[in-house]
Amino acid sequence: MATLELLGLTKSFGKTPVLHGLDVRLEDGEMLVIVGGSGCGKSTLLRLVAGLEPPSAGRILLDGTDITALDPAKRDVAMVFQNYALYPHMSVFDNMAYGLKLKGLPKTDIRNRVEEAAETLSLSALLGRKPRELSGGQRQRVAMGRAIVREPKLFLFDEPLSNLDAKLRVQVRADIRKLQKRLNVTSLYVTHDQVEAMTLADRLAVMHEGHAAQIATPVEVFARPADRFVGGFIGEPAMNFCAATLCGGGRLAKLAAGPEIDLPGETPWGADGTEVSIGIRPQHVVVKSEPTPLRLTVNLVEPLGSEALLHGTLSDGETFHVRVPFPAPAVQNLFISLPATQLHLFDSATGKRLG
Amino acid sequence: MERRTLFNSRLLPAVLVAPQLAITFIFFLLPAGGAFYQSTQSTDAFGLNTVFVGLRNFASLVTSPQYHEALVRTAVFCVIVTNLSMAGGLVFASFANRSIHGRFLYRILLIWPYAIAPALTSVIFVFLFQPQIGLITNLLAGFGINFNYATNSNQALALVVLIAAWKQVSYNFIFYLAALQSVPRSIIEAATLDGARSFHRFRTMIWPMLMPTTLFLVVTNLVYSAFDTFDVIYALTGGGPGTATDVLVVKVYRDGVINLDLGGSAAQSVLLMAGIVGLIIMQFRITTRRST
Repeated sequence: MATLELLGLTKSFGKTPVLHGLDVRLEDGEMLVIVGGSGCGKSTLLRLVAGLEPPSAGRILLDGTDITALDPAKRDVAMVFQNYALYPHMSVFDNMAYGLKLKGLPKTDIRNRVEEAAETLSLSALLGRKPRELSGGQRQRVAMGRAIVREPKLFLFDEPLSNLDAKLRVQVRADIRKLQKRLNVTSLYVTHDQVEAMTLADRLAVMHEGHAAQIATPVEVFARPADRFVGGFIGEPAMNFCAATLCGGGRLAKLAAGPEIDLPGETPWGADGTEVSIGIRPQHVVVKSEPTPLRLTVNLVEPLGSEALLHGTLSDGETFHVRVPFPAPAVQNLFISLPATQLHLFDSATGKRLG
Repeated sequence: MERRTLFNSRLLPAVLVAPQLAITFIFFLLPAGGAFYQSTQSTDAFGLNTVFVGLRNFASLVTSPQYHEALVRTAVFCVIVTNLSMAGGLVFASFANRSIHGRFLYRILLIWPYAIAPALTSVIFVFLFQPQIGLITNLLAGFGINFNYATNSNQALALVVLIAAWKQVSYNFIFYLAALQSVPRSIIEAATLDGARSFHRFRTMIWPMLMPTTLFLVVTNLVYSAFDTFDVIYALTGGGPGTATDVLVVKVYRDGVINLDLGGSAAQSVLLMAGIVGLIIMQFRITTRRST
């Protein structure tokens, strides 16, 4: 149980910067999920906290003590690796007991703790087996067990579900969350999967090119993305973006596709003529039966069961997605409108959220 | 399922396998057969009379105290050389496996000894240990140690052990380096986070994972030191002083070619062959078990 503070954490490999001064504070028992595409620096961040790589600058505080230069063996953090990194020549019991033996715990204590953890993870029947005799899901649980028996101050998860099949992933995801809540261990969880990120996180850190683009609760990240990258990254299918120019005293936007649309709120968004990027999620687009100024040319319909995803283009050639209830209208052209309350406005130059 | 290639005539396949069969026959089966034949014969010192003696050559080996001594000497030699060269290979490989500057050069240099002809290896060591002018001999003399492998039996044995091990270090180095590089990094990292310091990581993680390689190398090194060190030893000491470095392979040569006891020498060769076949079978067992 501990707090974790990262202060200006920076990492460069040679001249290539991968992490630019990250600041974040995790409260006791909080689960922070770090999500981003490949090469965004999320795994590097985890390795810095674990002590497997030295940071180029910045500090790491665990429970208020500076552990930046501390040997990884002394940090009291446990990590669940993507490939589980189980010790192949040891039984499940020995895999879990390894860290405890190194701590010099009495044999009976070790046995009790391993058996208790095995009970929690339904591994009791498998304690005598070697890792190669286990299924993927079982290996994953052993990796979890190895982390929890040590009762560390901090859990680090490095994409622990990415080697599981889709069905198992949903179940293990829920198991991890329940376990983490019950044990109330402060956790850093790295993933590239936004569904995992949304479902597991107390707070999300969306990483982009070595920066934290946004650190907030999943709901807030979804409802108020801090920039265009976050808007496009979180949410499936991805948010639509259209280029537009402010007009009507900053209260309307003239889309590149033609029509002028209402903007949310009463206050002006900026001077007329300012270029903005307007984002709207596919499920928030409204399909109209009567003609509207905005027309979507549909070129692909993807049925998703209860819903369908329409791929199309606007009159200016911009690609645009709309999610509609199933079955989708079998027409080539759809009239749509963009409700003002569902719009997200971004600065077209910096990509930052407006308002 | 087995895939069979179809040929129109029988001539082409026969021509294709002929060279390999010829090599096997001329260079392996024929000499081996010759050794078997010789081992049942006894020839007088002038090579004028040869008589069939059955297994008497073997019988006299089994009862010969000299042969027993050579057997023990060879066993000691093999065990020390194997240990020394494997330990050396592992230590160097552990260093080379770290990300250090110039590690490419370092690796090449370590592989070099293996490329030197065995007899020349001994010549190099003669420069270092020659009783009168050797570089290291003089150095040792400075510490009051009189090093003379030509007269001191223990020193002679120690020197051939050193040379034989030195030459084999490269081989072990390559295998251990490959094995170390195939140890998954995440496992070592997991052990680190579990609190294991470097010595402990080696003992509990790396060493067990190197076990298949170690088993393989033990057999290979035993074969090497028992059967493949003739040139090194013969070029340096010729088996002497006295019989100090007279291991089995050297004894075969001394008894047969120098002392002209062809029958006894052939019988020793046959026994060596049996030994090597035993070791090779062991090695096959180990390697095939590893691949399954």
